[in-house]
Amino acid sequence: MSKSIKLRKGLDIRLVGVAEKVKSEAAFPKTVSIKPTDFHQMIPKMVVKEGEAVKAGTILFHDKYKSSVKFASPASGIIKAIVRGAKRRILEVLIETDGQQLYLSESAINVDEMSAEQVKEILLSSGLWPFVRQRPLDIIADPENEPKAIFVSAFDSSPLAPDFDFVLHGKNHEFQAGLNVISKLTTGTVHLTMNGKIGSDATFKEAKGVQLNTISGKHPAGNVGTQIHHIDPINKGEFVWTLNAQDVALIGRFFLTGKFDMRRSIALTGSEIKSPQYFEILQGANVSNLLEGQITSDNVRVISGNVLTGDKIDQDGYLGFYHNQITVIPEGDHLKFVMTKGWMGPGFDKFSNSRTFPTWMLTKKKFRLDTNTNGEERAFVVTGELDKVFPFDILPMQLVKAAITDDIDGMEKLGIYEVAPEDFALCEYVCTSKIDIQDKIREGLDLIASECM
Amino acid sequence: MKFLEKIIHKHEPKFAKGGKLEKWNPLFESFTTLAFTPAHVTKKGSHIRDGVDLKRTMMMVIIALIPCLLFGMYNAGHFEMVAETGNRSLPFMDMFWSKLGAGAFIVLPLVVVSYGVGLTVEFIFGLINGHSLHEGFLVSGMLIPLIMPADVPLWMVAVATVFAVVIGKEIFGGTGMNIVNVALTARAFLFFAYPTSMSGDTVWMAGKEKAVDGFTGSTAMGDLATFMGDKASVGGQAIADGADALGAFTHEYSILESIMGNIPGSIGETSVIACLIGAVILLITGVGSFRIMVSFALGGLASGFLMNAIGGNAYLDLPAYYHLVIGGFAFGAIFMATDPVTAAQTATGKIIYGFVGGMVAILIRVLNPAYPEGVMLAILFMNVMAPIIDHYVVEANVKRRLKRLKTA
Repeated sequence: MSKSIKLRKGLDIRLVGVAEKVKSEAAFPKTVSIKPTDFHQMIPKMVVKEGEAVKAGTILFHDKYKSSVKFASPASGIIKAIVRGAKRRILEVLIETDGQQLYLSESAINVDEMSAEQVKEILLSSGLWPFVRQRPLDIIADPENEPKAIFVSAFDSSPLAPDFDFVLHGKNHEFQAGLNVISKLTTGTVHLTMNGKIGSDATFKEAKGVQLNTISGKHPAGNVGTQIHHIDPINKGEFVWTLNAQDVALIGRFFLTGKFDMRRSIALTGSEIKSPQYFEILQGANVSNLLEGQITSDNVRVISGNVLTGDKIDQDGYLGFYHNQITVIPEGDHLKFVMTKGWMGPGFDKFSNSRTFPTWMLTKKKFRLDTNTNGEERAFVVTGELDKVFPFDILPMQLVKAAITDDIDGMEKLGIYEVAPEDFALCEYVCTSKIDIQDKIREGLDLIASECM
Repeated sequence: MKFLEKIIHKHEPKFAKGGKLEKWNPLFESFTTLAFTPAHVTKKGSHIRDGVDLKRTMMMVIIALIPCLLFGMYNAGHFEMVAETGNRSLPFMDMFWSKLGAGAFIVLPLVVVSYGVGLTVEFIFGLINGHSLHEGFLVSGMLIPLIMPADVPLWMVAVATVFAVVIGKEIFGGTGMNIVNVALTARAFLFFAYPTSMSGDTVWMAGKEKAVDGFTGSTAMGDLATFMGDKASVGGQAIADGADALGAFTHEYSILESIMGNIPGSIGETSVIACLIGAVILLITGVGSFRIMVSFALGGLASGFLMNAIGGNAYLDLPAYYHLVIGGFAFGAIFMATDPVTAAQTATGKIIYGFVGGMVAILIRVLNPAYPEGVMLAILFMNVMAPIIDHYVVEANVKRRLKRLKTA
């Protein structure tokens, strides 16, 4: 029943700074942080207090409205601070590590004999549940729901993305254990979708108990949303759960060893990094020791995640919960003279999906792009450009307009249940009118969440 | 350019919120963004953005219009000389520079008036609404003179431009919000408000006051329209009953001349070659819609074949391909119908929009002698129809999704 899908639409943004396939061990971070802001719409209720000692796996807080969803500390140490923002909103929980990594438990768990409820219970109480996300809405899965399928993408196609084949090479055991766990969660199928353009690593190819699909094409082929749409699309009232491949392996590791060991491989990438490569790093770790001596220019933006969907962090910020990469690109906060770098310029430094710059003929050139919007926000004028990078049978511009105008009925009809903001990342990138499309889709989803779910 | 940057930074605070000249901020912003891409950076979501912006897109259209503008100038100069000498068979390439000079003298004032008046109106609305100049008019301002007859008085262009920008665009909310094409609104306004200056035999060549008596500057479209009436004429010469009107027509306006463009007509529309150069630029850069251009041409051809099949008089018998090269058909298909704001927005919708538009253009042209040229009215009509076309295309998409739910 495996499917193989070919996409014609999409766009690969060719950036300078792909990580070299070398894995280094980063110095153990002095502080780690769990940011409740990484979980959309989740309101945390603290369980621990400042100054309290925690082990790796100790629950720090839980969802105020779904108290079964818990969040655990990735490191052992002391709660250094609970950082609050406006209206006392909790922005992050900082943990000062003790370097010893004491684990809360260290006994392996055998899932074979367990029921779905028991597995779910373990995932929830151990703090692993937040790895499971749901569509529609693209939030942490509601454990009460029945997913019709679970999707795992075996590759990431976004710009400068880490290569999962490299990251998970030799971790067959953990990955398979993770798949065994999550396949308990659904009566439907677990889909593992591999890149059809190149042969995947044995970790993925030899995975058992799942439906193996392939998809080939440009970004967003690796986005789980694209894969769901082409393999088993979501209709109103249905739920699909999704997990990141590396998180599946982390879940597997927990069940195999009993340790809440959240070390993961991330790619340090971007044009402003001296030697882009892979690092083994703790979940939520401070990135300052990774970046030390690596940044080649003054005015940079550090992004946790990729350039299309990541979050801006400080140079001594923390890795986001769902992120597998750190990207550093130049900041673009300066004027660009019209005849040299602006809209009348020759544009040899510009990458564009339109062919209004001569660089469209250079199909191999890699670009060093900055964060300048390259223009001001305007009303939608150019039509058809979003369709070119949106491989869904959904009309992107009409859906975005419905989201902007809070047209719930229109959004439902046009397919809001199938999409997440990240699916629109490329649309946002190519938009001539510089509209923040991912934001608009997120606002649309929030409206749907409050009115229809 | 550091010194310009310094000037901007120096004066910026005055125009900022709370500054002395806060009210004039839109004006200041418009000029600074013309000179510099602003220092706006992304906040979250997609941290990098495509190099293209609306200014770049609009610039591509203007570049694509340059061949039409240059040819239009020369052609205007040529026919001014024709009108003065009364000799319609004046050799086209003679006295190249003096014709180009004379043409520039006719056309450039129109361009200046169109831009001057239009941008002023835009700035006023920008100041009222507190936004900087939006780029839409950069193209409209070039299109307006190109679809005017060479002899149109400047004040009329000014009035039409004001009408088009205010009624056609700003009351709907400005660039990107208008329902009908701005440039065609200007032309339609003159067409109905001052018909004597926009149609007939005398307006297409500048310098008629100096023209020899009895000389008419009729166009291909005007001549063809006479075929539908009682008195057919070609190039000012009446065609006797029973004579070969079509033969006389194809002699006066040979297919080669029609493609080359050395026939009278609106300034920018006559040369199919210049239009096609523009089309190539629009298609290579991806700014113009291939779907609309091709389907518009196919629609015109289909309509032309239909007329041929009916037959009966010289106009109905005019070969279908002729329709594509005379009048404003090529210009309309390439530059007017493809306006992304007023055309259909869905891929399928664009094909329907173009095809029906092309058909209607020829239908109006042939069957309604009161309107010798139907392209303008057809495109305006399709602009109004485009949302309906899109509606049904979107509905089809919605139905597909509902059907999936039922079969699942």
